[in-house]
Amino acid sequence: MEDIFMDWLYVLMPISGVTIFWPGLVILGVGVGIIGGFFGMGGAWMVTPGLNILGFPMAFAIGTDIAHMAGKSLISTMRHGKFGNVDYKLGLIMLVGTVVGFEVGAQMIMWLERLGNVEMVVRLLYLVLLGLIAWMVFSDVSKKMRKDREARARGQEIDKLSTGIEWHKTLHKIKIPPMITLEVAGITCTAWLPIGISFFTGWLAGILGIGGGLIRMPALLYLLGCPTHVAVGTDLFEVMISGLYGAFTYTMKGRTELMAAVIMLIGAAVGAQIGTVATKYIKGYGIRIAFGLAVVGCALSIILKLLAKEIPTYKALLNNSSTVLVLGLVSAMSLYITVKMIQGARAEVAAKKK
Amino acid sequence: MEEMMKVIGIKIRVFVLMLCMLLPEAVLAAGEKADLVVIVADTRGLTGILKAWGTLYNESHLYFSLLTIVLIPVIGLVFGTVADIVMRTIGIDLEHRELSEH
Repeated sequence: MEDIFMDWLYVLMPISGVTIFWPGLVILGVGVGIIGGFFGMGGAWMVTPGLNILGFPMAFAIGTDIAHMAGKSLISTMRHGKFGNVDYKLGLIMLVGTVVGFEVGAQMIMWLERLGNVEMVVRLLYLVLLGLIAWMVFSDVSKKMRKDREARARGQEIDKLSTGIEWHKTLHKIKIPPMITLEVAGITCTAWLPIGISFFTGWLAGILGIGGGLIRMPALLYLLGCPTHVAVGTDLFEVMISGLYGAFTYTMKGRTELMAAVIMLIGAAVGAQIGTVATKYIKGYGIRIAFGLAVVGCALSIILKLLAKEIPTYKALLNNSSTVLVLGLVSAMSLYITVKMIQGARAEVAAKKK
Repeated sequence: MEEMMKVIGIKIRVFVLMLCMLLPEAVLAAGEKADLVVIVADTRGLTGILKAWGTLYNESHLYFSLLTIVLIPVIGLVFGTVADIVMRTIGIDLEHRELSEH
Protein backbone atom coordinates (compact mmCIF):
# COMPACT_ATOMS: atom_id res chain seq x y z
CA MET A 1 0.00 0.00 0.00
CA GLU A 2 2.78 2.34 1.03
CA ASP A 3 4.68 1.44 -2.15
CA ILE A 4 1.73 2.35 -4.35
CA PHE A 5 1.41 5.65 -2.52
CA MET A 6 5.07 6.50 -3.02
CA ASP A 7 5.52 5.07 -6.54
CA TRP A 8 4.10 8.10 -8.33
CA LEU A 9 6.94 10.18 -6.91
CA TYR A 10 9.46 8.18 -8.91
CA VAL A 11 9.96 8.24 -12.66
CA LEU A 12 11.87 5.81 -14.84
CA MET A 13 14.53 7.41 -17.01
CA PRO A 14 14.22 5.78 -20.45
CA ILE A 15 17.89 6.00 -21.47
CA SER A 16 19.85 5.36 -18.28
CA GLY A 17 17.22 2.97 -16.91
CA VAL A 18 17.36 4.40 -13.37
CA THR A 19 14.36 5.47 -11.31
CA ILE A 20 14.58 9.01 -9.98
CA PHE A 21 12.64 10.95 -7.34
CA TRP A 22 11.20 13.60 -9.68
CA PRO A 23 10.22 16.26 -7.09
CA GLY A 24 13.93 16.34 -6.21
CA LEU A 25 14.72 17.24 -9.83
CA VAL A 26 12.10 20.01 -9.79
CA ILE A 27 13.49 21.47 -6.52
CA LEU A 28 17.04 21.30 -7.88
CA GLY A 29 15.82 23.04 -11.05
CA VAL A 30 14.19 25.82 -9.04
CA GLY A 31 17.37 26.39 -6.97
CA VAL A 32 19.82 26.54 -9.87
CA GLY A 33 17.29 28.45 -11.97
CA ILE A 34 17.13 31.19 -9.35
CA ILE A 35 20.90 31.39 -8.93
CA GLY A 36 21.62 31.11 -12.67
CA GLY A 37 19.12 33.84 -13.58
CA PHE A 38 20.46 36.08 -10.84
CA PHE A 39 24.21 35.65 -11.38
CA GLY A 40 24.32 34.87 -15.08
CA MET A 41 25.98 31.48 -14.99
CA GLY A 42 25.20 27.90 -15.85
CA GLY A 43 26.01 26.61 -12.38
CA ALA A 44 27.20 23.11 -13.23
CA TRP A 45 29.21 23.04 -9.99
CA MET A 46 25.91 23.18 -8.11
CA VAL A 47 23.89 20.78 -10.28
CA THR A 48 26.26 17.82 -10.47
CA PRO A 49 26.35 17.10 -6.69
CA GLY A 50 22.55 17.48 -6.61
CA LEU A 51 22.04 14.98 -9.43
CA ASN A 52 24.46 12.63 -7.72
CA ILE A 53 22.45 12.69 -4.51
CA LEU A 54 19.27 11.90 -6.42
CA GLY A 55 20.97 8.75 -7.68
CA PHE A 56 21.84 9.90 -11.17
CA PRO A 57 24.72 8.01 -12.82
CA MET A 58 27.71 10.35 -13.30
CA ALA A 59 27.89 9.35 -16.97
CA PHE A 60 24.56 11.09 -17.55
CA ALA A 61 24.85 13.89 -14.98
CA ILE A 62 27.02 16.25 -17.04
CA GLY A 63 25.11 15.92 -20.35
CA THR A 64 21.74 16.24 -18.59
CA ASP A 65 22.97 19.27 -16.70
CA ILE A 66 24.09 20.99 -19.91
CA ALA A 67 20.79 20.20 -21.66
CA HIS A 68 18.78 21.76 -18.84
CA MET A 69 21.27 24.65 -18.63
CA ALA A 70 20.62 25.58 -22.28
CA GLY A 71 16.84 25.71 -21.73
CA LYS A 72 17.16 27.57 -18.44
CA SER A 73 19.53 30.16 -19.91
CA LEU A 74 17.12 30.71 -22.79
CA ILE A 75 14.34 31.54 -20.33
CA SER A 76 16.61 33.89 -18.36
CA THR A 77 17.99 35.52 -21.52
CA MET A 78 14.44 36.19 -22.78
CA ARG A 79 13.62 37.98 -19.54
CA HIS A 80 16.95 39.84 -19.25
CA GLY A 81 16.58 40.82 -22.91
CA LYS A 82 13.26 42.52 -22.18
CA PHE A 83 14.83 44.40 -19.28
CA GLY A 84 17.54 45.61 -21.69
CA ASN A 85 20.25 43.66 -19.89
CA VAL A 86 21.61 41.71 -22.89
CA ASP A 87 24.22 43.20 -25.20
CA TYR A 88 23.78 40.79 -28.13
CA LYS A 89 26.61 42.38 -30.12
CA LEU A 90 29.02 41.89 -27.22
CA GLY A 91 27.72 38.35 -26.68
CA LEU A 92 28.38 37.37 -30.31
CA ILE A 93 31.83 38.96 -30.39
CA MET A 94 32.76 37.21 -27.15
CA LEU A 95 31.48 33.89 -28.44
CA VAL A 96 34.27 33.91 -31.05
CA GLY A 97 37.00 34.34 -28.45
CA THR A 98 35.35 31.91 -26.02
CA VAL A 99 35.06 29.07 -28.54
CA VAL A 100 38.61 29.49 -29.88
CA GLY A 101 40.03 29.96 -26.36
CA PHE A 102 38.15 26.95 -25.05
CA GLU A 103 39.44 24.76 -27.86
CA VAL A 104 43.04 25.90 -27.28
CA GLY A 105 42.67 25.27 -23.52
CA ALA A 106 41.07 21.84 -24.00
CA GLN A 107 43.79 20.76 -26.47
CA MET A 108 46.47 22.08 -24.13
CA ILE A 109 45.16 20.11 -21.16
CA MET A 110 44.96 16.93 -23.28
CA TRP A 111 48.60 17.47 -24.27
CA LEU A 112 49.57 18.01 -20.62
CA GLU A 113 47.66 14.87 -19.58
CA ARG A 114 49.78 12.84 -21.97
CA LEU A 115 52.85 14.11 -20.10
CA GLY A 116 51.52 13.15 -16.66
CA ASN A 117 48.72 13.46 -14.15
CA VAL A 118 47.70 17.09 -14.08
CA GLU A 119 44.40 16.74 -12.20
CA MET A 120 45.79 18.07 -8.93
CA VAL A 121 47.49 21.01 -10.69
CA VAL A 122 44.22 21.86 -12.47
CA ARG A 123 42.24 21.77 -9.23
CA LEU A 124 44.80 23.95 -7.47
CA LEU A 125 44.77 26.38 -10.39
CA TYR A 126 40.98 26.52 -10.14
CA LEU A 127 41.28 27.28 -6.42
CA VAL A 128 43.80 30.06 -7.00
CA LEU A 129 41.52 31.53 -9.65
CA LEU A 130 38.46 31.40 -7.39
CA GLY A 131 40.50 33.02 -4.60
CA LEU A 132 41.52 35.77 -7.00
CA ILE A 133 37.93 36.33 -8.14
CA ALA A 134 36.66 36.47 -4.54
CA TRP A 135 39.44 38.93 -3.66
CA MET A 136 38.53 41.09 -6.70
CA VAL A 137 34.84 41.14 -5.80
CA PHE A 138 35.30 41.97 -2.13
CA SER A 139 38.08 44.51 -2.70
CA ASP A 140 35.84 46.17 -5.32
CA VAL A 141 32.96 46.30 -2.84
CA SER A 142 35.17 47.73 -0.08
CA LYS A 143 36.64 50.38 -2.43
CA LYS A 144 33.16 51.38 -3.60
CA MET A 145 31.99 51.68 0.03
CA ARG A 146 35.01 53.84 0.86
CA LYS A 147 34.27 56.11 -2.11
CA ASP A 148 30.66 56.45 -1.01
CA ARG A 149 31.72 57.22 2.57
CA GLU A 150 34.17 59.88 1.39
CA ALA A 151 31.50 61.45 -0.85
CA ARG A 152 29.07 61.58 2.06
CA ALA A 153 31.75 63.11 4.31
CA ARG A 154 32.31 65.85 1.72
CA GLY A 155 28.56 66.41 1.61
CA GLN A 156 28.40 65.31 -2.04
CA GLU A 157 25.78 63.11 -3.64
CA ILE A 158 26.82 59.46 -4.15
CA ASP A 159 27.61 58.69 -7.78
CA LYS A 160 25.43 55.70 -8.70
CA LEU A 161 27.69 54.84 -11.64
CA SER A 162 30.93 54.81 -9.66
CA THR A 163 32.74 51.52 -9.18
CA GLY A 164 35.42 50.30 -6.80
CA ILE A 165 37.90 48.59 -9.11
CA GLU A 166 38.35 50.58 -12.32
CA TRP A 167 40.79 48.52 -14.38
CA HIS A 168 38.44 48.79 -17.34
CA LYS A 169 39.14 52.53 -17.61
CA THR A 170 42.81 51.81 -18.30
CA LEU A 171 41.92 49.07 -20.79
CA HIS A 172 39.49 51.38 -22.60
CA LYS A 173 42.45 53.68 -23.38
CA ILE A 174 43.77 51.07 -25.84
CA LYS A 175 42.78 52.40 -29.27
CA ILE A 176 43.80 49.63 -31.67
CA PRO A 177 41.31 49.55 -34.60
CA PRO A 178 38.63 48.46 -35.16
CA MET A 179 36.91 50.40 -32.41
CA ILE A 180 33.41 49.28 -31.44
CA THR A 181 30.54 50.83 -29.55
CA LEU A 182 28.47 48.51 -27.39
CA GLU A 183 25.25 50.47 -26.97
CA VAL A 184 23.59 48.35 -24.28
CA ALA A 185 26.74 48.08 -22.14
CA GLY A 186 27.52 51.76 -22.82
CA ILE A 187 31.12 51.02 -23.77
CA THR A 188 33.34 52.19 -26.62
CA CYS A 189 36.57 50.23 -26.89
CA THR A 190 38.80 48.35 -29.28
CA ALA A 191 37.16 45.14 -30.59
CA TRP A 192 40.29 43.31 -29.45
CA LEU A 193 39.41 43.92 -25.81
CA PRO A 194 36.25 41.72 -25.66
CA ILE A 195 37.88 39.24 -28.07
CA GLY A 196 41.00 39.04 -25.89
CA ILE A 197 39.04 38.77 -22.65
CA SER A 198 36.77 36.07 -24.03
CA PHE A 199 39.74 34.16 -25.45
CA PHE A 200 41.46 34.28 -22.05
CA THR A 201 38.36 33.23 -20.09
CA GLY A 202 37.54 30.55 -22.69
CA TRP A 203 41.11 29.26 -22.48
CA LEU A 204 40.88 29.06 -18.69
CA ALA A 205 37.50 27.29 -18.91
CA GLY A 206 38.98 24.80 -21.40
CA ILE A 207 41.94 24.07 -19.11
CA LEU A 208 39.79 23.76 -16.00
CA GLY A 209 36.99 21.77 -17.71
CA ILE A 210 34.25 24.14 -16.56
CA GLY A 211 31.51 26.13 -18.29
CA GLY A 212 33.17 29.45 -17.61
CA GLY A 213 30.30 31.61 -16.30
CA LEU A 214 32.08 31.90 -12.99
CA ILE A 215 35.12 33.44 -14.73
CA ARG A 216 33.37 35.36 -17.53
CA MET A 217 31.05 37.28 -15.27
CA PRO A 218 33.84 39.02 -13.23
CA ALA A 219 35.85 39.51 -16.43
CA LEU A 220 32.89 41.37 -17.97
CA LEU A 221 32.61 43.49 -14.83
CA TYR A 222 36.22 44.34 -14.06
CA LEU A 223 38.07 44.09 -17.37
CA LEU A 224 35.41 45.25 -19.81
CA GLY A 225 33.55 47.56 -17.43
CA CYS A 226 30.02 46.22 -18.07
CA PRO A 227 27.29 47.32 -15.67
CA THR A 228 26.45 44.35 -13.40
CA HIS A 229 23.02 43.69 -14.90
CA VAL A 230 24.35 43.74 -18.47
CA ALA A 231 27.19 41.40 -17.48
CA VAL A 232 24.63 38.95 -16.06
CA GLY A 233 22.31 39.11 -19.10
CA THR A 234 25.08 38.92 -21.70
CA ASP A 235 26.78 36.03 -19.96
CA LEU A 236 23.50 34.10 -19.93
CA PHE A 237 23.15 34.70 -23.67
CA GLU A 238 26.56 33.09 -24.15
CA VAL A 239 25.73 30.21 -21.80
CA MET A 240 22.55 29.59 -23.81
CA ILE A 241 24.37 29.21 -27.15
CA SER A 242 27.29 27.22 -25.77
CA GLY A 243 24.86 25.10 -23.71
CA LEU A 244 22.90 24.12 -26.83
CA TYR A 245 26.08 23.19 -28.59
CA GLY A 246 27.29 21.26 -25.56
CA ALA A 247 23.94 19.47 -25.29
CA PHE A 248 24.24 18.34 -28.90
CA THR A 249 27.75 16.94 -28.54
CA TYR A 250 27.02 15.21 -25.23
CA THR A 251 23.80 13.72 -26.63
CA MET A 252 25.72 12.42 -29.63
CA LYS A 253 27.93 10.62 -27.12
CA GLY A 254 24.83 9.13 -25.51
CA ARG A 255 25.20 11.08 -22.27
CA THR A 256 21.96 13.06 -22.00
CA GLU A 257 18.77 12.08 -20.23
CA LEU A 258 16.26 14.50 -21.76
CA MET A 259 13.44 13.34 -19.50
CA ALA A 260 15.37 14.53 -16.41
CA ALA A 261 16.39 17.75 -18.16
CA VAL A 262 12.75 18.53 -18.96
CA ILE A 263 11.63 17.83 -15.37
CA MET A 264 14.41 20.11 -14.10
CA LEU A 265 13.32 22.73 -16.63
CA ILE A 266 9.86 22.86 -15.06
CA GLY A 267 11.48 24.04 -11.83
CA ALA A 268 14.13 26.09 -13.62
CA ALA A 269 11.46 28.00 -15.60
CA VAL A 270 10.03 29.29 -12.34
CA GLY A 271 13.45 29.70 -10.71
CA ALA A 272 14.94 31.57 -13.67
CA GLN A 273 12.04 34.04 -13.59
CA ILE A 274 12.48 34.61 -9.87
CA GLY A 275 16.26 35.08 -10.20
CA THR A 276 15.96 37.39 -13.19
CA VAL A 277 13.12 39.49 -11.79
CA ALA A 278 15.06 39.77 -8.50
CA THR A 279 17.78 41.70 -10.39
CA LYS A 280 15.13 44.42 -10.78
CA TYR A 281 15.04 44.95 -7.04
CA ILE A 282 18.62 44.25 -5.98
CA LYS A 283 21.26 46.84 -6.85
CA GLY A 284 24.33 45.91 -8.87
CA TYR A 285 26.61 45.80 -5.85
CA GLY A 286 24.17 43.52 -4.01
CA ILE A 287 24.53 41.07 -6.90
CA ARG A 288 28.31 41.38 -6.77
CA ILE A 289 28.45 40.62 -3.04
CA ALA A 290 26.19 37.56 -3.41
CA PHE A 291 28.33 36.43 -6.38
CA GLY A 292 31.48 36.75 -4.25
CA LEU A 293 29.89 34.55 -1.58
CA ALA A 294 28.95 31.94 -4.20
CA VAL A 295 32.59 31.90 -5.39
CA VAL A 296 33.81 31.38 -1.81
CA GLY A 297 31.31 28.49 -1.39
CA CYS A 298 32.49 26.89 -4.64
CA ALA A 299 36.14 27.21 -3.52
CA LEU A 300 35.39 25.63 -0.12
CA SER A 301 33.63 22.69 -1.77
CA ILE A 302 36.68 22.10 -3.99
CA ILE A 303 39.00 22.26 -0.94
CA LEU A 304 36.87 19.57 0.74
CA LYS A 305 37.00 17.40 -2.40
CA LEU A 306 40.79 17.80 -2.55
CA LEU A 307 41.10 16.87 1.12
CA ALA A 308 38.92 13.82 0.51
CA LYS A 309 41.47 12.60 -2.03
CA GLU A 310 44.41 13.31 0.25
CA ILE A 311 42.91 11.80 3.44
CA PRO A 312 41.24 8.49 2.47
CA THR A 313 40.16 7.79 6.08
CA TYR A 314 37.73 10.70 6.00
CA LYS A 315 36.91 10.44 2.29
CA ALA A 316 33.18 9.80 2.71
CA LEU A 317 32.81 12.46 5.41
CA LEU A 318 34.65 15.12 3.39
CA ASN A 319 32.83 14.30 0.14
CA ASN A 320 29.47 14.43 1.90
CA SER A 321 30.44 17.70 3.60
CA SER A 322 31.28 19.17 0.19
CA THR A 323 27.88 18.14 -1.18
CA VAL A 324 26.07 19.47 1.89
CA LEU A 325 27.98 22.75 1.61
CA VAL A 326 27.09 23.24 -2.07
CA LEU A 327 23.43 22.30 -1.63
CA GLY A 328 23.19 24.36 1.57
CA LEU A 329 24.64 27.34 -0.28
CA VAL A 330 22.21 26.87 -3.17
CA SER A 331 19.27 26.69 -0.72
CA ALA A 332 20.37 29.72 1.32
CA MET A 333 21.02 31.89 -1.72
CA SER A 334 17.81 30.81 -3.46
CA LEU A 335 15.89 31.70 -0.32
CA TYR A 336 17.58 35.10 -0.02
CA ILE A 337 16.94 35.95 -3.69
CA THR A 338 13.31 34.74 -3.51
CA VAL A 339 12.62 36.80 -0.36
CA LYS A 340 14.14 39.90 -1.99
CA MET A 341 12.12 39.29 -5.15
CA ILE A 342 8.86 38.89 -3.20
CA GLN A 343 9.56 42.04 -1.14
CA GLY A 344 10.34 44.04 -4.30
CA ALA A 345 7.31 42.69 -6.17
CA ARG A 346 5.03 43.47 -3.23
CA ALA A 347 6.32 47.04 -3.09
CA GLU A 348 5.86 47.40 -6.86
CA VAL A 349 2.31 46.04 -6.84
CA ALA A 350 1.44 48.23 -3.83
CA ALA A 351 2.88 51.30 -5.58
CA LYS A 352 0.80 50.55 -8.70
CA LYS A 353 -2.38 50.23 -6.65
CA LYS A 354 -1.75 53.67 -5.08
CA MET B 1 33.51 53.89 -41.28
CA GLU B 2 30.00 52.81 -40.30
CA GLU B 3 29.80 50.67 -43.45
CA MET B 4 33.11 49.03 -42.56
CA MET B 5 31.86 48.28 -39.04
CA LYS B 6 28.74 46.63 -40.49
CA VAL B 7 30.87 44.43 -42.78
CA ILE B 8 33.09 43.48 -39.83
CA GLY B 9 29.97 42.72 -37.79
CA ILE B 10 28.60 40.40 -40.49
CA LYS B 11 31.99 38.69 -40.85
CA ILE B 12 32.16 38.11 -37.10
CA ARG B 13 28.66 36.57 -37.06
CA VAL B 14 29.50 34.24 -39.98
CA PHE B 15 32.75 33.31 -38.24
CA VAL B 16 30.88 32.50 -35.02
CA LEU B 17 28.47 30.26 -36.92
CA MET B 18 31.35 28.48 -38.65
CA LEU B 19 33.16 27.95 -35.37
CA CYS B 20 30.09 26.52 -33.73
CA MET B 21 29.69 24.02 -36.53
CA LEU B 22 33.32 23.14 -37.14
CA LEU B 23 34.83 22.77 -33.68
CA PRO B 24 33.34 19.55 -32.36
CA GLU B 25 35.48 19.51 -29.20
CA ALA B 26 34.49 22.96 -28.04
CA VAL B 27 31.99 21.85 -25.49
CA LEU B 28 31.53 24.76 -23.13
CA ALA B 29 30.41 22.77 -20.18
CA ALA B 30 31.57 21.60 -16.83
CA GLY B 31 33.13 18.31 -15.97
CA GLU B 32 35.44 15.89 -17.60
CA LYS B 33 35.33 15.05 -21.26
CA ALA B 34 32.85 12.32 -22.11
CA ASP B 35 34.32 9.25 -23.73
CA LEU B 36 32.66 7.81 -26.77
CA VAL B 37 30.77 4.86 -25.31
CA VAL B 38 27.97 2.74 -26.63
CA ILE B 39 25.06 2.75 -24.22
CA VAL B 40 21.90 0.96 -25.25
CA ALA B 41 18.60 1.90 -23.66
CA ASP B 42 16.58 -1.02 -22.31
CA THR B 43 13.16 -0.34 -23.82
CA ARG B 44 11.53 -3.63 -22.76
CA GLY B 45 9.84 -2.18 -19.69
CA LEU B 46 8.83 1.08 -21.38
CA THR B 47 5.56 2.06 -22.97
CA GLY B 48 4.15 4.91 -25.05
CA ILE B 49 6.27 8.02 -25.55
CA LEU B 50 9.06 6.72 -23.31
CA LYS B 51 9.39 3.60 -25.48
CA ALA B 52 9.43 5.70 -28.65
CA TRP B 53 12.08 7.95 -27.13
CA GLY B 54 14.24 5.01 -26.03
CA THR B 55 13.87 3.34 -29.44
CA LEU B 56 14.90 6.53 -31.25
CA TYR B 57 17.99 6.67 -29.02
CA ASN B 58 18.92 3.09 -29.89
CA GLU B 59 18.31 3.56 -33.61
CA SER B 60 20.06 6.87 -34.29
CA HIS B 61 22.09 9.04 -31.95
CA LEU B 62 22.12 11.75 -34.61
CA TYR B 63 18.33 12.08 -34.90
CA PHE B 64 18.04 11.73 -31.14
CA SER B 65 20.57 14.57 -30.64
CA LEU B 66 18.95 16.81 -33.25
CA LEU B 67 15.54 16.29 -31.68
CA THR B 68 17.00 16.99 -28.24
CA ILE B 69 18.45 20.37 -29.22
CA VAL B 70 15.20 21.32 -30.94
CA LEU B 71 13.06 20.22 -27.99
CA ILE B 72 15.13 22.00 -25.30
CA PRO B 73 14.63 25.57 -26.59
CA VAL B 74 10.99 24.83 -27.48
CA ILE B 75 10.27 23.47 -24.00
CA GLY B 76 12.24 26.35 -22.45
CA LEU B 77 10.21 28.82 -24.51
CA VAL B 78 6.91 27.21 -23.49
CA PHE B 79 7.79 27.06 -19.78
CA GLY B 80 9.22 30.59 -19.92
CA THR B 81 6.03 31.92 -21.52
CA VAL B 82 3.84 30.16 -18.95
CA ALA B 83 5.95 31.60 -16.11
CA ASP B 84 5.64 35.02 -17.81
CA ILE B 85 1.86 34.77 -17.80
CA VAL B 86 1.87 33.84 -14.10
CA MET B 87 4.17 36.77 -13.22
CA ARG B 88 2.05 39.20 -15.23
CA THR B 89 -1.09 37.94 -13.50
CA ILE B 90 0.56 38.71 -10.15
CA GLY B 91 1.15 42.25 -11.42
CA ILE B 92 4.93 42.40 -11.88
CA ASP B 93 6.20 44.65 -14.66
CA LEU B 94 8.37 42.37 -16.76
CA GLU B 95 9.40 44.92 -19.37
CA HIS B 96 11.12 47.71 -17.46
CA ARG B 97 13.88 48.06 -14.94
CA GLU B 98 14.36 51.45 -13.35
CA LEU B 99 17.96 51.46 -12.21
CA SER B 100 20.90 51.32 -14.56
CA GLU B 101 23.62 51.66 -11.97
CA HIS B 102 26.71 49.53 -11.74
